[in-house]
Amino acid sequence: MNDDRKNDDRKQRVLPVTDLSLVVLVGATGSGKSTFARKHFKPTEVISSDYCRGLVADDENDQSASKDAFDVLHYIAGKRLAAGRLTVVDATNVQSEARRQLIRLAREHDVLPIAIVLDMPEEVCAARNAQRPDRQDMPRHVIQRHRRELRRSLRGLEREGFRKVHVLRGVEEAETAEVVLEKRFNDLRHLTGPFDIVGDVHGCSSELEALLAKLGYRDGVHPEGRTAVFVGDLVDRGPDSPGVLRRVMGMVKTGNALCVPGNHENKLGRYLNGRNVQHTHGLAETVEQLGREDEEFVAEVRAFIDGLVSHYVLDGGKLVVCHAGLPERYHGRTSGRVRSHALYGDTTGETDEFGLPVRYPWAEDYRGKAVVVYGHTPVPDTSWINNTICLDTGAVFGGKMTALRWPERELVDVPAEQVWYEPVKPLAGQAPGGHEGRPLDLADVHGRRVVETRHLGAVSVREENAAAALEVMSRFAVDPRLMPYLPPTMAPTATSKEGTRGGAADLPYLEHPAEAFAQYRADGVERVVCEEKHMGSRAVVLLCKDADAARERFGVDGPTGSVYTRTGRPFFDDPAVTEEVLRRLRTAVTDAGLWEEFATDWLLLDGELLPWSLKATGLLRQQYAAVGAASRSVFPGALDALRAAEDRGIDTGGLLERQRERAADAAAFTDAYRRYCWSTDGLDGVRFAPFQLLAVEGRSLAAVPHDTQLAWLDRLVEADERAGTGLLRRTGRIVVDTADADSVRAGTDWWLELTAAGGEGMVVKPLHAYGTDRGGRLLQPGVKVRGREYLRIIYGPEYTRPENLERLRVRHLGHKRSLALREYALGLEALDRLAAGEPLWRVHEAVFAVLALESEPVDPRL
Amino acid sequence: MVAGGPGAHILGHVFLTISTTGTPDRPATDLGFLLHKHPGKAQSFSTSHGTAHVLYPEATEQRCTAALLLEVDPVGLVRRGQGKGRGGAPDGALAQYVNDRPYAASSLLAVALSSVFRSALQGRCAARPELAERPLPLRIEIPALPARGGAELVHRLFGPLGWASVEAVPVPLDEQFPEWGDSRYVHLVLEGELLLADALRQLYVLLPVLDDAKHYWVAPDEVDKLLRAGDGWLAAHPEHRTITERYLARRRSLTEDAFGRLELVRLAEADGRDLEELDKELDEELDDAVAGEEPTPSTEAGAGADPAPRPVPLAVLRREAILGALRAAGAQRVLDLGCGQGQLVQALLKDVSFTEIVGVDVSVRALTVAARRMRLERMGERQSSRVRLVQGSLTYTDKRLAGYDAAVLSEVIEHLDLPRLPALEYAVFGAARPRTVLVTTPNVEYNVRWETLPAGHVRHGDHRFEWTREEFRTWATEVAGRYGYDVRVEPVGDDDPEVGPPTQLAVFQLATTETAATAAAETATAATNGTTATDSPKEGDAA
Repeated sequence: MNDDRKNDDRKQRVLPVTDLSLVVLVGATGSGKSTFARKHFKPTEVISSDYCRGLVADDENDQSASKDAFDVLHYIAGKRLAAGRLTVVDATNVQSEARRQLIRLAREHDVLPIAIVLDMPEEVCAARNAQRPDRQDMPRHVIQRHRRELRRSLRGLEREGFRKVHVLRGVEEAETAEVVLEKRFNDLRHLTGPFDIVGDVHGCSSELEALLAKLGYRDGVHPEGRTAVFVGDLVDRGPDSPGVLRRVMGMVKTGNALCVPGNHENKLGRYLNGRNVQHTHGLAETVEQLGREDEEFVAEVRAFIDGLVSHYVLDGGKLVVCHAGLPERYHGRTSGRVRSHALYGDTTGETDEFGLPVRYPWAEDYRGKAVVVYGHTPVPDTSWINNTICLDTGAVFGGKMTALRWPERELVDVPAEQVWYEPVKPLAGQAPGGHEGRPLDLADVHGRRVVETRHLGAVSVREENAAAALEVMSRFAVDPRLMPYLPPTMAPTATSKEGTRGGAADLPYLEHPAEAFAQYRADGVERVVCEEKHMGSRAVVLLCKDADAARERFGVDGPTGSVYTRTGRPFFDDPAVTEEVLRRLRTAVTDAGLWEEFATDWLLLDGELLPWSLKATGLLRQQYAAVGAASRSVFPGALDALRAAEDRGIDTGGLLERQRERAADAAAFTDAYRRYCWSTDGLDGVRFAPFQLLAVEGRSLAAVPHDTQLAWLDRLVEADERAGTGLLRRTGRIVVDTADADSVRAGTDWWLELTAAGGEGMVVKPLHAYGTDRGGRLLQPGVKVRGREYLRIIYGPEYTRPENLERLRVRHLGHKRSLALREYALGLEALDRLAAGEPLWRVHEAVFAVLALESEPVDPRL
Repeated sequence: MVAGGPGAHILGHVFLTISTTGTPDRPATDLGFLLHKHPGKAQSFSTSHGTAHVLYPEATEQRCTAALLLEVDPVGLVRRGQGKGRGGAPDGALAQYVNDRPYAASSLLAVALSSVFRSALQGRCAARPELAERPLPLRIEIPALPARGGAELVHRLFGPLGWASVEAVPVPLDEQFPEWGDSRYVHLVLEGELLLADALRQLYVLLPVLDDAKHYWVAPDEVDKLLRAGDGWLAAHPEHRTITERYLARRRSLTEDAFGRLELVRLAEADGRDLEELDKELDEELDDAVAGEEPTPSTEAGAGADPAPRPVPLAVLRREAILGALRAAGAQRVLDLGCGQGQLVQALLKDVSFTEIVGVDVSVRALTVAARRMRLERMGERQSSRVRLVQGSLTYTDKRLAGYDAAVLSEVIEHLDLPRLPALEYAVFGAARPRTVLVTTPNVEYNVRWETLPAGHVRHGDHRFEWTREEFRTWATEVAGRYGYDVRVEPVGDDDPEVGPPTQLAVFQLATTETAATAAAETATAATNGTTATDSPKEGDAA
């Protein structure tokens, strides 16, 4: 017996430590805290006060530096806890004031403070200090004082706020103890469902049964092994809270359901535990109903409620379920205020005209990646707000009872059988944060940012570029709700090297189709489509079926869509003109039958609006036309002067001839830009050439092969031609097999013909639109091959002179290509987010990043 | 779609002729002596960015014309001096906007004048010193002279300088598109009897002044050069302030203006626009500029006391009205939303009762100018700790702006497109929610009283709308109702009996019922929640 006891005592002590907590080591100097910490925790998890003293004072034993050292220690510990990392504080911590600060730190970061006390005999401490050269001179009374303070502290540690206290007495116990990390109760990331998350029930047993049946549960079990998750408020107000409890408790017990507590369970639990609570807000009904149940059941209810965990993190961290909503910094955390927020949500401290507390719209500020599913606030209809959704649709008030299937994100509901309880005030129109069109926050876009994209990983935005984008977006752009996409920039083809090309006259080129075909062939793209490049201004069109569709899908009142430039400006100053363009497009879409084909109420189009002179007036007048004007003003006189001088027999050294050539180049330049300008009157003369259907409800079309795309768009153009509006313009195209010399020649000839007739050039795209090259890298979605004459506008009237061309061929395409790919990936991301119905800020984040990248330094002539 | 531009190629066409007439005893060919260039030869001078040619299309006793022609190398210009951008690419915008303009037409011409005709410019003529002392009948022709300010400014600049005739004909942008109007070039012909040196020195100064290119490189000794070239004519010139300011303003621009705006330049160009179009917000408000001369919004106190009361600019009256309203509201921590170049921030800083002042603007350039004007970097700590300038946007909610006593939106809302106004309303009244909000905006009815303002025009190029008193009052009342504020509208400036004041000020106060309700709410919270939130946490214990 005695021996057994002894063995028992010697048995290894197991010290449970929650995996996210602040572990505070407590012990006199020399008690072996550092050794203990080294043995049981990762070196980076341990912050020692000695080390911090060294950091600030170059001397680990300089007691005068203690204050600064602890500031540093608290700062580092705070950063670690904020990031969700276990942290161990290695300091004597024998004084309550020191521990108090650490407990406060743990609470600030909503983690559990845990104390591990090393209670070692004075002799042991002294002996250990004696072995350390830097502590040899430490007076014995220091150890004695530490031990005195430690003993005084021991009994009060739990009261101070430590949620676990492990005391190790003596060397042997300390040396044999084992630290075991425990998961938090709210951490169910390993459970992947699928789940059916059920909103507030409030004693509506009949509706609950109907909803479970509709979800496919038979007697609390789903044949496909799905798990129900209840967001709480099972009880109060309704007709049969015991029935609801019986069902839910049964499902939880058998592992078919999870349940988090609502504020009503919390209050009922307090009542059942004998606390004095007011029987208001429907508790009276529950108490009365429970009165008819036997004591055993009531005891089970009490135990069930006592065991409920405030919230759960599920499905690898992608899903958080709680009763009243939870900001990201509280996910998976454990503190009083986390529980309080999970149960009651946030209130502003104000009350409304019905005397009810004004709930703070926490969801409006939510920017987390995890979806938060909650209830608590009755709303007539559910809606997604910033990755959150409220499932309380007021069944007990005569609304409906709603469930969310996860990961399907499908909503399933059943109507209330009757109004079981009169609401104090009418149900709110939308979940908190849903009013005023879910405003965007500056934090969504400001400063240096990293945007995660599906197709190219993290894309970063520099602060100065975000600043410029903010200015343009704020001052000039259309409503961001109507701007779910901005087009990426496009790289030109690799520079043509040879002097003679294309079989035509003996002309040197800067850009030529040969390089574009060769590049795609090298990348493993067999078929490319060459599309005519319209010389106008890029325009994106968001077109809704009608004003109602625009209101429902995009939350705007009035406009039925938008027409905007590549930097998000409205294309037309007059909204009526925009609406007229949309009306004509809408007619064409309806006539082409595209609404039905895509089962959509809106679509997003990318295209070019012509003429160029319609929008690009600033540059056109300030620069291009100005060059022409100056040359026309100068050359006649200059040539006359040179001729007169030569007539006088003065040798001008070929200057006259050179000036003649220059005059001819200048005239060609003027001709080049004039081709893309014509006068318009209202919409007369305005043309829109769509070249891609980007997205429709629930679907991004960016990866649809271009032949399919062009077939859709041809139907649009044909429909418009039938209507006779003259708005839409077909995009010419030819498909080229990059490995077939004849096909490549045909493509080249097509380009030569196009550009000889004054065309800007063409864009070469992989026919299958989206893909990767042989190395698995994202393919350029297209490269432009611009015509020889057109390039005069870009490189100047005299660029074709051999000596100029030679120098211009040194162009650095790398950055332009990288920029084009990054913007492309961001554009795809915006479309994917839009299609998935993600919140506005998520779509806007990607769109904003495209605009910001557009302000990166890159040769503007590329 | 075109970005960038051939700005540099404008340079291809730089041409000027100087002609004179003569008699047998004063042959016109003396011009060759004066210019120190032989009329029988074509001479070339290589400069750093091209070649200058001087030749004589005619050289007789009766008439002699010297032509100066610059053959500029545009490709070389753009490529020279361009730094490597990120990713190894040359920074095109930098090349276009900083490095090409230093060589803009007029500065090249000016440089060529001073180097090719150096002695003539200095009034020296080694071979025939007496020639330099004698006025000549001169005709100077520049077929494409960049003139910011147009023919009218050309007349104002050359008119007082002794020319018998100044002819400046605007060059149309493109005769095929008459609706585009005139280019920034004029065809200039000057005729009169002047000393050649005087004429050249005028050109040396006035050509760059007329060009007024923003990113023009000016050497540090430019003041001296101006003083030398302007000796004898500049000081008495009625436009000497314009000339000096424009000539020297270019000094600052290269480093301080251009670099900070390159990102913006690129975005403007991506849309085929000119930076100027984006930048116009920074132009002075019309009413600020002209308030002193126009129907005087006079101070109330000044009436009658002073025989000739000096009119107080409207901008000053507006600031006074705002300061008064802020003091009356007892505000200490104040947001100036849309602070622009910081005039109000500066005024707030002078009153120590404002303990924290935050100037917010979406334009980084405006904030830079504001900081410079306030000398923020050199300000003492006690003062600078009261003020902050941050970039922000009123179309986004912004947590940094919550919790202030008051917010001022002075001449801000009208710079936003009407459809974006609800976003601002929410960000300010719904999210930031200061106790007091002051909003000023022009009263469009008053515009008929500005004599310089053409009918139907707004007061500022960037104004997206201007409201009548009724429109403003309706908006203010609606916003106040929606967000729980009380509001009153006050006039700023002379309250015209017919058309009202030039500026209208709305003072919003968070409704007092709400503040009263806050206290009540705290007691009510417990009951309505079902219970209080003080339960001890039990996460760790739950099983």
